Amino acid sequence: MSVVVTIPGPLQELARNRRQVRIKGEVRSVSDALSLLWNECPGVRDRVLTERGDVRQHINIFVDGESIRDIDGLSSAVRDGAEIVILPAVSGG
Amino acid sequence: MPKAQHIKPKKGDVLLLTGTMKGAFIFRSNKRRSSWDMGGPYFPGSAVYAMAYDGKRVWAGPSSMHFGALLRSSENFGKTWTNPVEANVKFPAQTDAALKNIWQIAIGTDGTMYCGVEPAALFKSTDGGETWDLEEGLWNHPQRSKWVPGGGGLCLHTILLDPEDRRRICVAVSTAGFYVTDDGGASWRPSNKGVRAEFLPDKHPEFGQCVHKVVQSKQQPDRMYLQNHWGLYRSDDRGLSWNDVANGVPSDFGFAMGIHPRNPDTAWIVPLEADMFRCTPEGKLRVYRTQNAGKKWQPMTKGLPQKDAYETVIRDAMGVDPLDPVGVYFGTRSGKLFASRDDGKSWSTVIDGLPPIVCVKAAIA
Repeated sequence: MSVVVTIPGPLQELARNRRQVRIKGEVRSVSDALSLLWNECPGVRDRVLTERGDVRQHINIFVDGESIRDIDGLSSAVRDGAEIVILPAVSGG
Repeated sequence: MPKAQHIKPKKGDVLLLTGTMKGAFIFRSNKRRSSWDMGGPYFPGSAVYAMAYDGKRVWAGPSSMHFGALLRSSENFGKTWTNPVEANVKFPAQTDAALKNIWQIAIGTDGTMYCGVEPAALFKSTDGGETWDLEEGLWNHPQRSKWVPGGGGLCLHTILLDPEDRRRICVAVSTAGFYVTDDGGASWRPSNKGVRAEFLPDKHPEFGQCVHKVVQSKQQPDRMYLQNHWGLYRSDDRGLSWNDVANGVPSDFGFAMGIHPRNPDTAWIVPLEADMFRCTPEGKLRVYRTQNAGKKWQPMTKGLPQKDAYETVIRDAMGVDPLDPVGVYFGTRSGKLFASRDDGKSWSTVIDGLPPIVCVKAAIA
């Protein structure tokens, strides 16, 4: 199966300047998809997850438009052809 | 994003590494220090609490609210910066901790590097900053579970590398106090004798003080000064004991400190009114200087606003250069950067309008 992951602008440099990365492989969950993304773009991992493996507080991840915080977090299911979007939250000051 | 401008330092120029809540800047002047060029902003949007210069590279610890913190360096005074694929300062999995911020970068004469972070911990690099390891002696200290965060979080913000003994390191943690190792980090002991903790029922506990900053004389390493969360102290025994030297100051609350590079009797501070009002007293921005080891502190006001100036200068926002006369520099939470090129006697504004300044380090290119 394949999914498309949209990379936030500030991290695209670490994804060889790509806005979207297509992931192909055995993907059941967001966690599976991200693991494959890290193989492709290792520099994105530590900017999205803490060293504990948690999604950073001010990063949001959506699967087909729904925030994974409202589903099952990194265990949220992913369908074939899904779009995963990584976005910085509305945070600042 | 803003386009950064760059400086072109010549050997011997003075650098002011200035970290703010919204990025880093590097100022440059010649030895006269009468005018300054600005480089930056670097890492726009990231808070930069820690910067350092190792004689070849400028180091910074930008912390993005979104993407986390890591150490980056530049070999060309900010034109380009490293951007490590993997975060270079990170807690090992077994600690179950996650890096929040990099608070301090210290570089030894042998090239060993340390950085102090939040949550309070010390990291060490022996390969020029390529890889970093958690100093487990401090992390596993039995008192650590009783350390509590101060207003800035539970941060290790001060690292003093002893100029005569590289196995001796002192650190300060808010809120835990002053800790010392004599064996290169294998074991640590609190060393807060004489430092009071106004906010605890026991005013003189073994540890738990909210030490805001400590400086150490390079010429006479036994001499240290400590700015506490209430309390201004001097040590003449490398931090084994501390004596109150709040003589002639409008308040013994404050954060920033600087020590003279050659004269251990001279130091600078910026007193703030109180923990409940962390602004300069009486609306006057005054640097206080002692030239007799704290027997008396005198206000240095020439060139600084003395009316309606409710400024805040935090713990790492003061730097001192090694020239003669000494240059002293500090930045405010309101984004003003001030410089003195005459031991603090008179001051001029380098820039007014930066984001809140949290780090000022002076160095020679």
